[in-house]
Amino acid sequence: MNIIVVLRQVPDLIEQLELDADGKSLDWGAASYIINESDDHALEQALLLKEAGGGTVTVVGLDFGNIEGSLHTAAAKGADRLIRLAWGEDAPPRLSHAAALYAAAIKPQNPDLVLVGVQAHDEWEGVLAPWLAATLGLPYVGVIRGVWRTETPGKVRVHKEFPGAVMAEFTMKLPAVLGILGAEKPPRYVPVSRIRAAAKSAQIVDQNVGVQPPAVGAQIEQLYFPAKGEGATMLTGSAEEVAARIAELLAERGLLR
Amino acid sequence: MSSQDILVVGEVQAGALAEISLELLGAARQLADQTGGQAVVLLMGEKLEAACDALGGADRVLLVEDPRLAAYNSELYVQLLDSVVAQEDPRAILIGSTSIGWDLAPLLAARRGVPMAVGCRRAWIKDGTVCATASICGGKLLADLALDKSPAVLMVLPGSFKPPEARGTPARVRLNLSVGDPQAVQFEKLVLPEAGDIDITTQEILVGVGRGIGQQENLEVVEQLAAALGGAVCASRPVVDQGWLPPTRQVGKSGMTVKPKLYLALGISGAPEHQEGMAGSELIIAVNTDPRAPIFEIAHFGAQIDLMDLVEPLTEVIRAKKAAG
Repeated sequence: MNIIVVLRQVPDLIEQLELDADGKSLDWGAASYIINESDDHALEQALLLKEAGGGTVTVVGLDFGNIEGSLHTAAAKGADRLIRLAWGEDAPPRLSHAAALYAAAIKPQNPDLVLVGVQAHDEWEGVLAPWLAATLGLPYVGVIRGVWRTETPGKVRVHKEFPGAVMAEFTMKLPAVLGILGAEKPPRYVPVSRIRAAAKSAQIVDQNVGVQPPAVGAQIEQLYFPAKGEGATMLTGSAEEVAARIAELLAERGLLR
Repeated sequence: MSSQDILVVGEVQAGALAEISLELLGAARQLADQTGGQAVVLLMGEKLEAACDALGGADRVLLVEDPRLAAYNSELYVQLLDSVVAQEDPRAILIGSTSIGWDLAPLLAARRGVPMAVGCRRAWIKDGTVCATASICGGKLLADLALDKSPAVLMVLPGSFKPPEARGTPARVRLNLSVGDPQAVQFEKLVLPEAGDIDITTQEILVGVGRGIGQQENLEVVEQLAAALGGAVCASRPVVDQGWLPPTRQVGKSGMTVKPKLYLALGISGAPEHQEGMAGSELIIAVNTDPRAPIFEIAHFGAQIDLMDLVEPLTEVIRAKKAAG
């Protein structure tokens, strides 16, 4: 099974986000970057499928943020091929442009399965996984929490998550694109030593697919931090003082019976 | 020239209209009043009459009924939705930020090459342009967007709009669209969660843990706190994704919706997807080291403190208070 995984870099929300001077975009240069969480699950799901029945896992990432580190980590986890797409801008591409770039790189690979994280927290004008499926002309199901091989070649079985921990089971004819919410197992841990070893041995193939940006749709008129409403009444002091105050609040409301 | 109508893609669960559909209709009503068009609801499925009865706030209801649509299928649903959009040519299409919406909205927008907005909390018309406020970066940023090409596709966060007042009985129009057999996507069955775990939707006290828990081993002290309170531990999605707690303990869009008397949120940032499942709790106390965590906006009380510093002293003081009667 020829599996392609898209890995993206997104701003780390643990750090304070900063806005550009025009108030219409993030200050991307000020952000620190991490691998998109659901893409990490997509990689894990791809590796599990490979381990269950063979195949190759090719990871494609845009040259933005710390993609080289993410690609090396993917190699340390077991990815077979690494492709880095040229991108020379300070900000990531618009969604439709990103989909066109990834599609141009993925199509010649003749994949059986393309796995993409179902969401990225910096997406605002669409969702990459289904957008990529539409660009590639492949069937799509998203919000997936597990992918398994079937006895019938050319198909996979997937679980799509609905509220209440209910799953809808589908059989997908390949090739297909899946939007992964979570792999059937948590992403594996690899020690730093293996990532360092992969950084020395793994070959990253650089590609410049040179796709022109398609016409864009929505425009950001203003980007801003939510106004502070009344919000929570903040409890201050040491941990013991906060604990005591919370216990008082619960007792006042009859919640400590 | 597009029509000025606003099209809502309704969702039907077990024959009943999903709550999000009425919220979308509330948004559509507001927009249609500004464009001068109609608020139109599309329902796809099997045996939709009962679901129609709740749509008194709509001007028209479009029905596509077929046994092959009884279960959701992305391939069939997006083909039909595309056909309806081509026929109706609406000014905007409102789709819920749900498991189904996350498929349909972007697939439709990409197929038709039209603008889309994710995570919409507000929507309005300005100088003929559809505008929306979208929540991004886990609710830490808001973006005011202009979508000037028709139809604009808005994926709307649950809880953002109120259902409209009923206006009478809307016209029901059965669309004679060809529903083929799916070629690539085949629904097989629903898989229900395994019985045996506690039902967090019936708990009066919930201690929710998020990414701030750091590692699975830390859950033990949180379990002790929940036991002292007489409640149960639940979690936001990252904790379940790590396999530290089962999916039956997940609160949020893709998990459970809970309304306990106390929701103690520990290390939960409060992304919109999580808020969707717990905002109705009677008392919310949030503990997070990040002063900008969106959870503090909906919490009644908060503390900017490391949860691991708080949990043990809180457990002790609660045990002491309970012991003292």
